Amino acid sequence: MKTCLIVDDSRVIRKVSRHMLESMGFAVDEAGDGQEGLARCEQAMPDVILLDWNMPVMSGIEFLEALRRHPAGAAPKVVFCTTENDVGHIRAAVAAGADEYVMKPFDQETLQIKLQIVGAA
Amino acid sequence: MQVSDSAARVLSGLLEARTGQQLTADRMWRIGTALSGLLRDHGLASVDELALRLIEPDCGNLANAAVDALLNNETYFFRDRNMFDVLAQTVLPEIASQARRKRHLRIWSVGCSTGQEAISLAMLLSEQRGKWAGWSIEIVASDVSHHVIETARKGIYPQFQVQRGLSVLQMINHFEERPEGWQAEKALLRQIRYEVHNVLDPREDARAFDLVLCRNVLLYFGQENRARAFDRLADAMNPGGWLMLGGGESAAGLSDRLVADDAATGLYRKSDEAGSARDNVVPARRAG
Ligand SMILES: C[S@@+](CC[C@H](N)C(=O)[O-])C[C@H]1O[C@@H](n2cnc3c(N)ncnc32)[C@H](O)[C@@H]1O
Repeated sequence: MKTCLIVDDSRVIRKVSRHMLESMGFAVDEAGDGQEGLARCEQAMPDVILLDWNMPVMSGIEFLEALRRHPAGAAPKVVFCTTENDVGHIRAAVAAGADEYVMKPFDQETLQIKLQIVGAA
Repeated sequence: MQVSDSAARVLSGLLEARTGQQLTADRMWRIGTALSGLLRDHGLASVDELALRLIEPDCGNLANAAVDALLNNETYFFRDRNMFDVLAQTVLPEIASQARRKRHLRIWSVGCSTGQEAISLAMLLSEQRGKWAGWSIEIVASDVSHHVIETARKGIYPQFQVQRGLSVLQMINHFEERPEGWQAEKALLRQIRYEVHNVLDPREDARAFDLVLCRNVLLYFGQENRARAFDRLADAMNPGGWLMLGGGESAAGLSDRLVADDAATGLYRKSDEAGSARDNVVPARRAG
């Protein structure tokens, strides 16, 4: 079973995303900010990470940069899921090593196609 | 919303006459919802009142708007990605080698809705740029609905749609963010010619297309109209040309001019023999 870590400070978003991912057959784990996300990745690298941008303690982009510096951190497919919907943010995310980018709001079909595109679904 | 049988008959008659599509019982319940915006815009109280207006003589614009509202225009970029993979890996390379002398590629996207399928094709070709250097490429994209063609011509997509089906790189490389939405790159739009056209009507440019996509369009056609549509598509195709239908659609039993191809389900080729035999046939009895 593929694993997905949701890194998002909104409990509601985590719940909705978890629901979508579980119905696609993922085993889902959650973290409320970037630092907590990194701690989870230390324990076990997930196959996919769904990542929010603005979070307390450590932002999504800081998390991603730290993840990609980690010796095993190239493996997870990282999909940004955020309300930062302008092309500047999107380019910055891609430059930092994001594999895909989903602008909120989105539906399950869009997420599923994105996961197919990164080869995770 | 309650819709009387007679109103439903007027609307389904109008839709079928204009487009070939039937309002089957399982779609009937959606009439009220589909038409609610139109009723509001025209100050009509009910679908029955709309039906009464539609049987008056000069109801042209209202009839167009009603047909538009009843059509399902659902589409997205690279819909069924594996179908596009088959095009990229099998169909297009074969066309490129067969037609390499004329260096002219013509594709028809039938029932193109707001243009996502045509733009996906243009993107696919631009991703294979090396293969098509020096070729003249034309994508004709047509739909029976004026409304969707007008939208398609602008090439501007709201955020929700632009990310549906596109990879992030395709999105930022081929679209520009504008206040009105995401504008498709001019280089892609230049290759596409949008037309209002009913697939049941003959085209002037017969035997012109190397590849035809007619996906998720004929689902609600009755058998007879579906067969007629396949005949029109075959007319428009080059001998040996390719036809791609939507996932789960089939031309089986409806056309002897289209032969299923092994590369994918829903993929057909125009058979030269059947096509030319039909064209050249001399009616035996009247011949003497
Ligand atoms: C569900 S959309 C499919 C769009 C696209 N081909 C795809 O697969 O995503 C079907 C489209 O077919 C169009 N259509 C319906 N009847 C048609 C006809 N007789 N001739 C041309 N287009 C038609 C509708 O207006 C609608 O835009």
